Amino acid sequence: MQIKLVSSILGVNDTLAAANRELFREKGVFVLNLMSSPGSGKTTILERTIEHLQHQLNIGVIEGDICTARDAERIAQKGVPVVQINTSGACHLDANMIASCLEDLNLDELDLLVVENVGNLVCPAEFDIGEDMKVMVLSVTEGNDKPCKYPLMFRESRALLVNKIDLLPYTNFDMDALEQDVRGINSAIQIFPVSALKDEGVEAWCQWLTQLVRRKREK
Amino acid sequence: MNCMHELALMQGILDVVTKNAHSYGLRRITKIKLVIGKLRAVVPDSLEFCFTTLKEDIPLIAQGELEVEIKEIEGSCRRCSHQFLVEGYRFRCPQCECTDVDIVSGSELYVDYIEGD
Ligand SMILES: [Zn+2]
Repeated sequence: MQIKLVSSILGVNDTLAAANRELFREKGVFVLNLMSSPGSGKTTILERTIEHLQHQLNIGVIEGDICTARDAERIAQKGVPVVQINTSGACHLDANMIASCLEDLNLDELDLLVVENVGNLVCPAEFDIGEDMKVMVLSVTEGNDKPCKYPLMFRESRALLVNKIDLLPYTNFDMDALEQDVRGINSAIQIFPVSALKDEGVEAWCQWLTQLVRRKREK
Repeated sequence: MNCMHELALMQGILDVVTKNAHSYGLRRITKIKLVIGKLRAVVPDSLEFCFTTLKEDIPLIAQGELEVEIKEIEGSCRRCSHQFLVEGYRFRCPQCECTDVDIVSGSELYVDYIEGD
């Protein structure tokens, strides 16, 4: 007997993500799903972003980590509410994990919720968590070939932060080639070259982000 | 890093299959057919490997085989409605050069059907 299913493997997650999205809409919170491979400097970018924006926006953070709370501790030092999700080995955050930690955050008081996803370029792109946008971080030390290896993530991201540009002189990273490859996959993507360490280029990213957060607030 | 994309996916797949087998009263699954789009960056060999490893612990599926259909990426131009095959992940309409392209297929990830008795 053959049984036709055509059931999505991600079906349950998608339903939960839609519920999260509705809650975020009600509360007027803009949710950013921040993704990268390990070691790209995502947490440092988040620290800089908080420093730039915390006087104008109320920011909350959800930290996804496979087994440590180190990143969450770094973020907590910036004086913003942070909830840690320990994924106990799972390589991505899913909608259910996000839903279950929302009660630890006062959404009424937040303008922007940043979800720092687990460092991994494949799985996080598969799992909708109810975010308003996905943003990727890629560091120049990772090389040029990422877009063709992980096309889905580049396709689904609204912005790409190219981090560690202070190291450009010491790598054979080709920024033009990267831009071309990335725009081939996603012509609408915003690209921000930054050095989180030297606080270069972060301002432009923060201004762009602020506009989107405000736009959602006004709705 | 202790992540294996295909393992997580295969666990999800076997959950879906098991639930459906129960609700249709199947006692033995002989075949599972999956459809996966190229954009998903799934390696079929790893998927097969994970399937073989996981199914051993599930009597319902232990005898089953896996078939994976990989779907090419197809785009549809928003300007001129031309439909075309997206090669090398370049989302550009070959007819009008427009880069505003919708994905028609290539991001699938589902269980097409199961066979059993
Ligand atoms: Zn066209």
